[in-house]
Amino acid sequence: MERIEFDYPAKRQVSGRAHVGVVGSGDLEVLLEPTEGNSSHVLIRTSVDGFRETWQAVLDRFFSKYDGAVRIEINDAGATPGSVQLRLQQAVEVSEL
Amino acid sequence: MSAARDDLAFINRQSFIELQARERAKALFDAETARELVGPFDRVESPWLPLQGVTPQSDDGCVVMKGKISGRPAVVVALEGAFQGGSLGEVSGAKLTAALDLARADSERGILTAAVLLLETGGVRLQEANLGLAAIAEIMAAILALRPYAPVISVVAGTVGCFGGMSLAAGLSSYIVMTREARLGLNGPEVIEQESGIDEFDSSDRALIWAIHGGEQRYATGLADALVEDDTQQVGAAIRGLIAKGVPTVHRSSQVAVYRKRIEALDPTRQFDPKELRAQWGAGDSAPDGISAGGVSAGEEERS
Amino acid sequence: MSEYTGARGTAWFRALTGNLPPMTGDPRSVLTADASIGDTRARFLCVVPDPQARFPCARHGEVGLEEAYTLATRVREVIDSDQNIVKRPIIAIVDVKSQAYGRREETAAIFLAAAAAADAYGSARLAGHPVIALVVGHAFSGGFLTHGYQANRILAFDDDGVMIHAMHKEAAARITRRSVENLDKLGKTIPPLSYDVRDFAKLGLLHKLLHVENPDHPSETETRKVRDELLAAIEDARRSPWDLRNRLESKEARDTRRATIRTRALLETQWREEPGQTGS
Repeated sequence: MERIEFDYPAKRQVSGRAHVGVVGSGDLEVLLEPTEGNSSHVLIRTSVDGFRETWQAVLDRFFSKYDGAVRIEINDAGATPGSVQLRLQQAVEVSEL
Repeated sequence: MSAARDDLAFINRQSFIELQARERAKALFDAETARELVGPFDRVESPWLPLQGVTPQSDDGCVVMKGKISGRPAVVVALEGAFQGGSLGEVSGAKLTAALDLARADSERGILTAAVLLLETGGVRLQEANLGLAAIAEIMAAILALRPYAPVISVVAGTVGCFGGMSLAAGLSSYIVMTREARLGLNGPEVIEQESGIDEFDSSDRALIWAIHGGEQRYATGLADALVEDDTQQVGAAIRGLIAKGVPTVHRSSQVAVYRKRIEALDPTRQFDPKELRAQWGAGDSAPDGISAGGVSAGEEERS
Repeated sequence: MSEYTGARGTAWFRALTGNLPPMTGDPRSVLTADASIGDTRARFLCVVPDPQARFPCARHGEVGLEEAYTLATRVREVIDSDQNIVKRPIIAIVDVKSQAYGRREETAAIFLAAAAAADAYGSARLAGHPVIALVVGHAFSGGFLTHGYQANRILAFDDDGVMIHAMHKEAAARITRRSVENLDKLGKTIPPLSYDVRDFAKLGLLHKLLHVENPDHPSETETRKVRDELLAAIEDARRSPWDLRNRLESKEARDTRRATIRTRALLETQWREEPGQTGS
């Protein structure tokens, strides 16, 4: 199992949190919670090693459009980048409800 | 019901099976009364999965929700079939057991609390083997302790079904609710084929699988108490109906003489024909809403 | 050495009951006898192989339909007859290969049969009967859930021939796509996976691990010793609550099952947080 971590700059505080997804069969679990300060932190735990760059690409894209200060935890068992993007977007939507 | 209303009902039908565990649990409660306990943000995970390179889930694949059903206290525990096949590990097992134990403790103090178990599970999680098995034994003990006070209702909806040690938990329940898509049994077809050969069970024969393990067969042989469509409203209604019915006078798993006689009457020199079994064990008259009076005919009735 | 033969169950049933004949009228795969132990009489039960069993998939020590309903019947007899008197101990001698894997069994709802036996044992315990499981050989998955795992106290022999697990090695290896050697190695670092009964003891579920010189051929001395241990377990059970909390309170459990303990504590705290609840 691989642990991958990233940090991204954040511009604003948020208040909502979200939990979406399931770990398994092409899906993943995303937990999103507000943090204080001006950076966001992402922790990925994945059972499929060797895809750090792919994760980075997906998260770069996500944070290019999202500037809230959040802590995101991802539990993954081999979801596609497309699924990751969907769950991240969904997490944001749920957190803003 | 008119044809047009049938169409409308069909369109409005919401699949229960397509919902994840959390959504299934929530849907069964009276509006605004459900709250999750030891949820994802508590991050109580399996200590054993990461040691084996398996990604854990924040709720260990088990959702516990407490609230009201028909205005009365109830706890719903839902196993997430998409995570490790809904299998029981140390933590998911502990959540299930503790929920039942707490319902019993409240019930003993006069706050009768029914338990609804949404069983989407293959049984013991192999990566936690003996702790999973121990947890199932404790779940079974907890069901036995709660069910004299308040009904324990097992719901098997599919697609995973309920197999392995957890099928014994279903067997101990006050009531079992199933859909046609669901399957309930101790050993699944692949396991039987593996252990006893393809002649014993061809696991590629889907018709055979549902003829033996399927919800309709279990209901028609008096082993399940309600057969519902894959529709959230119907599942909820069945559960409310059974909670209202209350604790059965004699639980099915306590009706030993009845079932022992039925087994003695079978001829094991050949396979049993599932259709014939319906005739022999069937519930007979059942209420139009699919909730039967139970699988024991008046002549067989066991005094408790 | 650790291959299942099913002979130990019969051997220890005979030894512990003083060679009493099993009760008649039951399938030959279930041995039941009421025998003295100390000052008391206990019901001893054991599941053994019966090559002539009616059900083809339950001939070699598997717990099948007939075995499960027979156990349930014999245990319920004790509950019903002891209702107003001292509750007799019930001793499950465990050496079971597995549950029965058969189409007949599935069609005729073996899940319910197994539940019925567990119901009987568990109900006996809740009614105040000390239920003791003595694992003399194998105790696998559904077989053990049906016969033994609802006991107040579990004792096991400290021996290679004793194996308690959720699935046989070969099947577990196949499903997890590992070699058997690999599985054994894994069991050394992850106690719940181990097939070694000494590692099982680390889980805190056992009341006691018993050293027996020759588990295949019980001597008089060893039989007396095991009887004494059973008596001690019975007394211990009588003095304790009728639930299974002892499986969490042992020293080993407080270590290996700490995730369980933590989960239960957190669930209880959050359960009681409900507004309007008068608290514990």
